[in-house]
Amino acid sequence: MTHQNLQFAKFVALLNCAVPGLLLGLDALRGDLGANPVNFAIRTTGMLSLICLVLSLAVTPAARVSGWSQITHFRRMLGVYAFLYAAVHFGIFFGFDRAGSVSSTLSEMSLRPYLAVGAASLLMMAPLAATSTNGMIKRVGGKRWKLLHRLAYPAGLAAVTHYFLLVKSDTRLPMAFGATLVVLLGYRVFALRRKRSVDLNQRGPRIGENNVVQAEPLP
Amino acid sequence: MTTPPPIPSSEITPPELYFNRRSLLRAGIVAATTASTAGLYRALNRPGAEEVKTPELVGLVKDRGDSTDPVEQANPEGAADPVEAAPAEPVDNGFHTDETLTSLRSVTNYNNFYEFTTSKERVALVSRNFVSRPWTVAVEGLVHKPKVFDLDEILKLSAPEERVYRMRCVEGWSMVIPWAGFSLSKLLDAVEPMGSAKYVAFETLFDPKRMPGQNYPALDWPYVEGLRLDEALHPLTMLATGLYGRELPAPNGAPLRLVVPWKYGFKGIKSIVKISLTENQPPTSWNVTAPGEYGFYSNVNPDVAHPRWSQATEQRIGESGRRKTLMFNGYGEQVAQLYTGMDLRRNF
Repeated sequence: MTHQNLQFAKFVALLNCAVPGLLLGLDALRGDLGANPVNFAIRTTGMLSLICLVLSLAVTPAARVSGWSQITHFRRMLGVYAFLYAAVHFGIFFGFDRAGSVSSTLSEMSLRPYLAVGAASLLMMAPLAATSTNGMIKRVGGKRWKLLHRLAYPAGLAAVTHYFLLVKSDTRLPMAFGATLVVLLGYRVFALRRKRSVDLNQRGPRIGENNVVQAEPLP
Repeated sequence: MTTPPPIPSSEITPPELYFNRRSLLRAGIVAATTASTAGLYRALNRPGAEEVKTPELVGLVKDRGDSTDPVEQANPEGAADPVEAAPAEPVDNGFHTDETLTSLRSVTNYNNFYEFTTSKERVALVSRNFVSRPWTVAVEGLVHKPKVFDLDEILKLSAPEERVYRMRCVEGWSMVIPWAGFSLSKLLDAVEPMGSAKYVAFETLFDPKRMPGQNYPALDWPYVEGLRLDEALHPLTMLATGLYGRELPAPNGAPLRLVVPWKYGFKGIKSIVKISLTENQPPTSWNVTAPGEYGFYSNVNPDVAHPRWSQATEQRIGESGRRKTLMFNGYGEQVAQLYTGMDLRRNF
């Protein structure tokens, strides 16, 4: 893909990730969010955040398995969207469900594990979003940046746990998200161990691995 | 006078030359992908907006019915002293509230009815073609006159009365619904419970072909519920056959459901096919699924939190912001005496 085409593809992805959020906003303005609008908006933004987060974590394994390294260019955008949707998710909870009351928000969080776990997920995503620019990657330094961005995994697991704890009995969706995360994390752990054992045997990096890894620092 | 001949279409400059061909392609990609994303979002995430309309009920009694008949009064145990049997002021029987009604659209498009789907906003859609006639209800167990009632026989037991109750869901939201129906006691009286009967057990239809949600074991089907006999005989406990002056819509439990306004909504079992009187406390579906989270009584109680979330406040559907949840959902005056001496934290 030429640079120009890649820029366009990124623009298309950027736009498409925003579409559900824009539709949600439009429906909210038209009073078209159903019987329980606040709950609907909270649920929708939470789901969007989780989808973006899982997709962002799927990019690297997908690039390695398929050999299509250019998709790594979409990882940052997906990660930032995961954070943005999570931030809006929390914002609606705070602003509407808790009526903007800091004390009621904090007391609910301390009493309800699902809220505490959700907040933890958002807090883990915040520094990742803040260090997502090229300038910040340079300032933090590649190695430390990679280490920091491994927080995406605990953030994802916390988000799934947050979802799981809310469901009364039909746990199919949170379980599906959880299983996907475990597979993705399992792949990364497996790949890392294999790479280490290969390094120990003093062989060169495996074919097809080096070019992907260098494309952008890993989470 | 002659008009010039129209320009033949073959002479029109093709748009891909007129516009920059690449820009056109890109605009096409942007339009196609965003439209697909929007379509996918709409398909997967629609708030319920089904038009649910059932036939109007015949002979609905709409008066407020602040009864002076002691049987209809707050205390079903009939402690009325004959000397004071004619009260000067009518006792508030709790049959009506002046609070703003929840819209019919919300009442019929936001339902927990796992027999159809576990998505509240989709129950109306999935239950759209549910047929609830013919329908029979077996009333059995410790009764002198067990009987399999045809729905029409039950409807003839009493003229439908309109009662406006608050409905508080265990999930933390609430509605105000104008139900139609009559006190369950009227049906129970008809079968003459034996002295040994202490509880009433209820069962929902089990038919996965008509209720597709039953193909997935979200709960241990069929759905079962239960009340203590004195709770079942309380005048507020209602067998609902309609709402908003119409026959009961499918998402709300057609054709016949239980409404117990001082308890969490899930106690109001829907689409009932069996009622039996028992000596021992019957199993109840949510209690079987998660005994630590849902008790047999499940009285609305702002002071006893669900283990995972608070019950102190509720989102009234149609309102912004949350309101405080009331003890016994505001029906304490009518029902508190049923639980005298009981530890409601233990018997949650």
